[in-house]
Amino acid sequence: MKRIIAFGILTAGFCIPVWAQQTSSPDLVAQNAALEQKVRDLEDRLIALEGKVRTMQTAQAAPAPASPATEAQPAAVANAPTEAAPQPQLQEPAVPSSTPPMQGQAVASTGGPLPNYGGSSSAAKALNPDISVIGDFIGAAGNANVPPLATLQPAPSLQMHESEIGLQAIIDPYARGDFFMSFGEEGVNVEEGYITFTALPAGFVAKVGKMRSAFGKVNMMHNHVLPWVDRPLVTTNLVAGEDGIDDAGLSVERILPAPKGIFLEATGQVFRGDSGDVFTQHGRSDVSTVEHLRGYKDITESTNLDLGFSYARGHNDATLLSGAPGDFVTQLYGADATLRWKPLRRSIYHSFVGRGEFIWSQREELPREQRAFGFYTSGDYQFGRRWFGGARFDYSDRSRYDNLTDKGVAATLTYWPSEFSQIRGEYRFTHYAENRDSHEVFMQLIFSLGAHGAHPF
Amino acid sequence: MNGTNRLFMSLIAICGLLFPTFAAAKKLNVITATTDMAALAQEVGGDRISVDAIAKGYQDPHFVEAKPSFLLKLRQADLLIVVGLQLEIGWLPPLITQSGNPRVQVGAAGYLDASQFAEILEIPQGVVTRAMGDVHPLGNPHYWLDPDNGRRVAKGIAGKLAELDPGDSSYFQERFQDFDKRLTSAEQKWEAEMAPYRGRKVVTYHNSFTNFATHFHLDVVGYVEPRPGIPPTPSHTLDLIGQMKRENCKLVLVEPYFDLKTPNSIGSATGAKVLVYLPSVGGEKQVTNYFQLFDYDIDLIKKAFQ
Repeated sequence: MKRIIAFGILTAGFCIPVWAQQTSSPDLVAQNAALEQKVRDLEDRLIALEGKVRTMQTAQAAPAPASPATEAQPAAVANAPTEAAPQPQLQEPAVPSSTPPMQGQAVASTGGPLPNYGGSSSAAKALNPDISVIGDFIGAAGNANVPPLATLQPAPSLQMHESEIGLQAIIDPYARGDFFMSFGEEGVNVEEGYITFTALPAGFVAKVGKMRSAFGKVNMMHNHVLPWVDRPLVTTNLVAGEDGIDDAGLSVERILPAPKGIFLEATGQVFRGDSGDVFTQHGRSDVSTVEHLRGYKDITESTNLDLGFSYARGHNDATLLSGAPGDFVTQLYGADATLRWKPLRRSIYHSFVGRGEFIWSQREELPREQRAFGFYTSGDYQFGRRWFGGARFDYSDRSRYDNLTDKGVAATLTYWPSEFSQIRGEYRFTHYAENRDSHEVFMQLIFSLGAHGAHPF
Repeated sequence: MNGTNRLFMSLIAICGLLFPTFAAAKKLNVITATTDMAALAQEVGGDRISVDAIAKGYQDPHFVEAKPSFLLKLRQADLLIVVGLQLEIGWLPPLITQSGNPRVQVGAAGYLDASQFAEILEIPQGVVTRAMGDVHPLGNPHYWLDPDNGRRVAKGIAGKLAELDPGDSSYFQERFQDFDKRLTSAEQKWEAEMAPYRGRKVVTYHNSFTNFATHFHLDVVGYVEPRPGIPPTPSHTLDLIGQMKRENCKLVLVEPYFDLKTPNSIGSATGAKVLVYLPSVGGEKQVTNYFQLFDYDIDLIKKAFQ
């Protein structure tokens, strides 16, 4: 035994010096080998990723149901979180190994396949649209004191004002689809649901479906992107209030050539002719139209000016003296201006938006045409990363009683806990034409779930 | 006859005035979401492309306003290069939709998501929720701050340019080879400069520094933001100060678009230096290309540690 140990020590004694002499070159070799290995690993990862992207692209391009391409890869998405739509395959750790993609995915899904709900394969989830829900809760206090003929309706003390579900996805290489379902206190309404053709020739963009029309600025805005809890008086009195001109139809828009730096865009829209209390159709030919011309210019890098002119025409609900529906038309003319300031280096802390919209309404009815005018101007200043303050002045005749004019002012304070929730308080004073005053306070909570796409600027 | 000719000639002249782009159609018109992608595209595209970025280098790339003036750029673009990984999700999609330009729609030949070429870090595992803050479910999108990723993206862009303009394919390839060579030697220099500071601890405001830190072996021990996209809170700031003191962290790096108030108070409480580093090309006037971006940041960090 001792002999063996001694022999071992001797052998080791001989070997070590030899080893020590060679350290420098094998070290380099080892380093090189490690480097080569790293490069190879990286290449492998790249190839694996490219493969995954290719698979994803195939999956996106192919129609969802019963496509062999999508059927073939349930393993790839079996362990993916469902809300992350088409990206889960990329979310997997990019394993730096030489295993081919399919093997990697098989390992990743060892937890067993997910059950098939509703008979669809789990791969189909990769093609689900982006789903979002936006909750809009409003509390109101104070004396509304609304006169009987006023268009403005008092808000209840507490209401789940709206739950908006958004479903958005790219339909095919030529179009995308957007749906916004508004679940209010009184029922469900497709607030918007349209297809946008993004690949038309000559720079045209077309939408078909139900949509908020391009009349002015506020009419385009969903509740949760408004800078106030309510909508301005002029919207309520002349442009159908919260729902606005929101109708089924089609829209075509195009950017027009303009001198350097000016953005000019024209929009033409044709609708069925039913929009709240503004337009009512009595037959197929009573379509309404909306035209909008928008001009935009960057004044400096942080300041820009946005001007718009709108025109809308449609039939209204006025009747003949006999009570039979008449052939009466309402025309709306609008002008809007928005001045924005946002210093780029501090864009998340400070900004200012000044807005104004002026609207003229000509409503044919018996015994005479009603010519009403109204406007609002407002300013909103962001004074901290999470804090915004704003004020608005309202003035508007009523579309059916052009001799009655309501006026008001409102002040808002908004706090953003994060990008996905918002708390807003608003004080509103309204002076009605009937010489009644109301002082109201609103509290609003908006919260957003899921992947709500960005809104147009 | 003479009159007709004159009319014809003036029509052609008018057309020439109206559509000047036709005359210069040879150059590929590349629009990128950020200046870094523009810098990389410029490296490989040379004079065969014209490049313009939407976001400025000193702007928070998460929060860019989708201004209509960007539509004017986008509608003329032959190629749109985006950073991807949902960095631009808050502003780019409506611009693409409204551009009326079929070439740059998502999935079209002129749409390039550069993240597919890069090594992506911090890919969240398991369930992603917004309780984690504004986390990017596909991984950290600030990947261009690793020069190796710069090389990979440049290669990818060169490939895409060659696909769109096959006639200049060898030109783009040569440009890439040249860029690769210059980048490799620059990397050796940068790595040598950073070598003495291997393992040094830093705190950054947002987690935009991970790729840089990984490449140059720095240790990011914390963030001024309690969670990505969530503004600093007093309790988190106190925790961070305690942690920095314990771990002897002496450097706070802040992106140019964040307020310096909280970082400065952290700096005075811990004795750490607070510096504005550049996450993007164009963050400062003198930083006009990809190489200068690293030159600037490495110089900054070197001086801070000296």
